[in-house]
Amino acid sequence: MNTQAARNPSRYSYYVSNDFYLELIADFSDWQNDARIIEDTAERDLFRRLVEKEARILDRLLYEEWLSLYTPECAYWVPSTPEGGDPRSEIAVMFDDRRRLEDRVFRLRTGYAWSQAPSSRTSRIVSNVEVFSCDRDDQRMVRSNFSISEFWDGEIRVLAGWTGHRFRKDDGVWKISAKQVNLLNCDQCIRNPSIIL
Amino acid sequence: MTLERVKAPTRLQNAPLYNWDELVQEDRVHRLIYTDPAVFEAEMTQIFGGTWVYLAHESQIPNPNDFITGKLGLRPLIITRDDEGKIRALYNRCTHRGTTLCRWDKGNSRSFQCPYHGWNFANTGKLRGVPWPDGYAEKLVRNDKYNLAQVPRVESYRGFIFGTLNMEAAPLTVHLGPIKRPLDEWLDRNPGGKVIVCEANRLKYKGNWKLAYDNSGDGYHVIFSHRSLIQTENRFADEATAKGMSYYQSTPDDLPMYIQYMGNGHHFKDKRPNLEKRPGGLWAIESLHPGMEHVQDKLRAKYGERAEEMLDLAGSEPVNINVFPNLSLLGNHIQVFQPVAFDETDTIWYGTKIEDVDGTLGDEVLTDINALRMRTQEGFPNFGEVDDVTNFEQIQRGLAAPEDEWIYMNRGYDIPGRIQILDDGTIKGPATDELFMREYIREWKRLMKADADIAIQREP
Repeated sequence: MNTQAARNPSRYSYYVSNDFYLELIADFSDWQNDARIIEDTAERDLFRRLVEKEARILDRLLYEEWLSLYTPECAYWVPSTPEGGDPRSEIAVMFDDRRRLEDRVFRLRTGYAWSQAPSSRTSRIVSNVEVFSCDRDDQRMVRSNFSISEFWDGEIRVLAGWTGHRFRKDDGVWKISAKQVNLLNCDQCIRNPSIIL
Repeated sequence: MTLERVKAPTRLQNAPLYNWDELVQEDRVHRLIYTDPAVFEAEMTQIFGGTWVYLAHESQIPNPNDFITGKLGLRPLIITRDDEGKIRALYNRCTHRGTTLCRWDKGNSRSFQCPYHGWNFANTGKLRGVPWPDGYAEKLVRNDKYNLAQVPRVESYRGFIFGTLNMEAAPLTVHLGPIKRPLDEWLDRNPGGKVIVCEANRLKYKGNWKLAYDNSGDGYHVIFSHRSLIQTENRFADEATAKGMSYYQSTPDDLPMYIQYMGNGHHFKDKRPNLEKRPGGLWAIESLHPGMEHVQDKLRAKYGERAEEMLDLAGSEPVNINVFPNLSLLGNHIQVFQPVAFDETDTIWYGTKIEDVDGTLGDEVLTDINALRMRTQEGFPNFGEVDDVTNFEQIQRGLAAPEDEWIYMNRGYDIPGRIQILDDGTIKGPATDELFMREYIREWKRLMKADADIAIQREP
């Protein structure tokens, strides 16, 4: 296999290595630190708008556009413990690399994903956005709260919690390189957890 | 230690709710067994009290004084390991006013103090003290009746903890019988023949618990209910080998896989005969998961042919080992069916990891394989089970129609030569047969009719 093919993370998963996990765990540990908070309103506004844009795109089910907000070598992580845990030795509610994120979208698009036939309608509110600097200049951590009202099967329910976004510059553009979605009830039984959070 | 047995005062009157032979026939069952709350209430004693029920895995309480909370039917339990290592299933119910004592999922504690009036119990269930004891005419701590109720029979099989209230039930190993063989094989494929429970995918559906058990050995639904999963697993057309459960797509009954009824409500779907019999044969059909090419290439470069058996440890073992009424081992999961109400069920897919028991893997391989094993296990609950539970909910909805009374389980019924009865009494048939449903529901009916010797006990 040529190197270029091997480096296509939509097709092959080479980047999810032990180092990748260790960096992810480190980046999502002890990061919500007042000393690192970004005061600059323009920068805070930039990231707030990115988080809001993601919510809008997901509410509109524009999955392909949503994927374009992510770096090629990304992680989408919904831990099954409130502390986040170590995804190398714990099952997560969801833990996707680029290819599995595309699997998730592919499945929803097959027309045979009965858990989303018909699709849920969602209305996402994201708020309390705070931006934190990192040791790397090309990286920011963003915390926000979410409340997703989901209409499915005749009922509206609420999924709530907070999100940690790891943004990185990718060809000069801020993209999501990891998203950790912390559901309040992540360690409880959840009915039909099949929308993208 | 001899424990005093107490007859449960709530022992079911066994007033016949229905003529069970009318509702459960050879090839069909009546909707009421899924839709009547009174049947559900009777099941919580007749089935979930009357036979051995899976409670927890020993790896969830490895140390002295560890506990987890759980349920036996609807009874809230604290499953404890005392100072000496003895495991008990205590009723999480204060003997004073009935309050649950422990509201945490797990932890380590020698005692449990009731948050309501401060009664304090050891993790053996024994009452240690009550506030202002002078206000009672007797010394409560000297009277057994104030010790916590507990499940009178708790036994483990290779790490799996079961309990029953039925004093006449056969010993656990006898009760498990032939299902022990696949269970042993499922464990023995891992280093040291053991697994460690590590968090879970937890789902809830609005439907009766038996809908999940009906599904647990069902080879007929696979390509329809899981159509989105199979298409997703196989979305790369240039892949030489079909992934996942693709083998179901053409005449699955002609393949060497089979369904086998193992007695006492247990059954076994064995898809292993479909695989190539070689190290790496399991890994070859594993669908695509995060990190798989990285770990695969790394191990193959370093360990050559030995890498294949390492990779198989991360692969989803193609079996469904179903232990009536609430346990299902499939892939590497320990799945538990937990009834909540006649029309609500929790299904908890506990993940399992492996240990490097004999030091042959080394830390790096162990970490890589377990990480991969986590990712393979997340696949099915995320992309497969969500569609199944949606269909279970829609069965419950369909059964709301009272005049259309019957649900069929007659696939494979009454076809000469299709089903074999083996020497050990187990019954074997093609993969899509509903023989396991017909057989397990017969055991269900037997238990519903039984006048079981239901009891609880308290420490002396």
